[in-house]
Amino acid sequence: MDWLGPEEWQAVRLSLKVAFWATVFSLPPGILVAHLLARGEFAGKQVLNGLVHLPLVLPPVVTGYLLLVGFGPNGPLGAPLSVLGISFAFRWSGAALAAAIMGFPLMVRAIRLSIETVDPKLEQAAATLGASRFWVFATVTLPMILPGILAGAILAFAKAMGEFGATITFVSNIPGQTQTLPSAIYSFLQVPGGEGAALRLVVVSIMIAMTALITSEILARKLSKRIGGGS
Amino acid sequence: MIDVTLRHQFGETNLDVRFDAPAGLTVLYGASGSGKTSVINAVAGLLHPDQGRVVVGGNVLGDTAQNIWLPPHKRGLGYVFQEARLFPHLTVRQNLAFGEWFARARAPVASFDHVVEMLGIGPLLSRRPGTLSGGEKQRVAIGRALLARPRLLLADEPLAALDEARKAEILPYFERLRDEVALPILYVCHAPAEVARLATTVVALDHGKLMRVGPAEDVLGDPSFSPQGPRAVGAVLHATIARHHDDGLTELNAGGVSLFVPHIPHPVGQNLRLRIAAQDVILARDVPKEMSALNVMPGHVNDIRLGDGPGAIVALTTPAGKVLARVTRRSALAMGLAVGQPIFAIVKTVAIAPQDIGGPRA
Repeated sequence: MDWLGPEEWQAVRLSLKVAFWATVFSLPPGILVAHLLARGEFAGKQVLNGLVHLPLVLPPVVTGYLLLVGFGPNGPLGAPLSVLGISFAFRWSGAALAAAIMGFPLMVRAIRLSIETVDPKLEQAAATLGASRFWVFATVTLPMILPGILAGAILAFAKAMGEFGATITFVSNIPGQTQTLPSAIYSFLQVPGGEGAALRLVVVSIMIAMTALITSEILARKLSKRIGGGS
Repeated sequence: MIDVTLRHQFGETNLDVRFDAPAGLTVLYGASGSGKTSVINAVAGLLHPDQGRVVVGGNVLGDTAQNIWLPPHKRGLGYVFQEARLFPHLTVRQNLAFGEWFARARAPVASFDHVVEMLGIGPLLSRRPGTLSGGEKQRVAIGRALLARPRLLLADEPLAALDEARKAEILPYFERLRDEVALPILYVCHAPAEVARLATTVVALDHGKLMRVGPAEDVLGDPSFSPQGPRAVGAVLHATIARHHDDGLTELNAGGVSLFVPHIPHPVGQNLRLRIAAQDVILARDVPKEMSALNVMPGHVNDIRLGDGPGAIVALTTPAGKVLARVTRRSALAMGLAVGQPIFAIVKTVAIAPQDIGGPRA
């Protein structure tokens, strides 16, 4: 891909890295929260639901600012984490955190919907066969919601690839550190003669998005075929 | 074997039940809304009653007085639901094996091969539930419950979702479980023919209250008890196959009385139970001559119950056992029926349907 300049190539690689890790790290909490919201009955369920969906309705700049306040070197979460040697501010890991938070509601929604389509009667049947709640989830619910998990992961990945507002507010726009595809496109558009580079990155964005969509479509079809119809 | 005490408020109904049942197949019998599914779900641990105690084979599975109510997966039971509830993402073989691993601490009820052979599901093992017929699914569901090594098998109207042919296909498997595997079974049902064939003990419920507990022939032969309406009344007789005749009839011996029924595919000497619907019985004061019906049982009138409508249920004692007859109130009066009076009960051979004749009974 030598038609991309080193700076452009760097942005593509960084974006893929950020989106990948954002998706991987949000999957376990995403499945847990989706399961709680779909099947749990507890006080504060609506509060949890609201919190999860907040990034979807807040302006991304606000989410970015809250992350900056919370996870900055002197923030209530950032300070203890920096003692452990974990730092998010102005680093690619911060971009991944911002992307994960922004994609989280989309992921939870997709997984929650698929959990709700699993007939609780099947889970009851598994319980009467000796499966504890954990094993019911692992052997019945989880395999049946794989297409939903995949859809949620793809949505979160796509959101992470395109996330701009929260990322640029939280970790700024440092080439090689935090300059993801959208930030790079934005930067190129700010300098005279940058349209060529911006256009190339736009083409790359479209290619990545299409590949992700087609892959997920094929995988989803294979999974649903494996799960089969009827009960 | 099973000892159940339950009090539970659900909807408009106040469930208040206490019974214990010996080994064998116990049927929870009653109309819909009588609370039988709540009882079986409480035994399974799927329902947490307001108050209750469930003991199976000496194991206390729940006792609200002691704050014990084991979750379903710790009860060591098997449950066959009305819908098969097979796991669609697993093959038949994987479905069957599902409960085995969790139950590895208990002794097997029957081996995998035996269960597969008994239920005739060998050819299905590599298929997925989505491709099976209703009857096949239910057979696999029975196998899956058996291989979970249950202390007690629960079944909630396992035949209700099937058509008549499929019912006839599945019913014998429960008879074999009762007789060959000697597994205690708690079976929810509202069809009298099924109860007559399967039940060792009948627990009859109505609107959450216990009406009768006892052997099938006592509960079903009780003329004062007809939870499904007078058309469903019928007594249960025990008989032995005496002879197969060339004209397609099988001759049974019921307490010395010969009964002719359409051919039964079992060997001579086999014990059977058969249900005789009360509405198929005709009463006569003398032995009628030149009559098409082949079965005539001499007996005495034991009880007469006049219904609210035009009908009456007459209970007879015969050498073959208790027989119930449903006649009109007008006939009962015209014949001057009275308790203790000698009488003949007449049943048409063809009125005894194959589904009213149960298989072997130990």
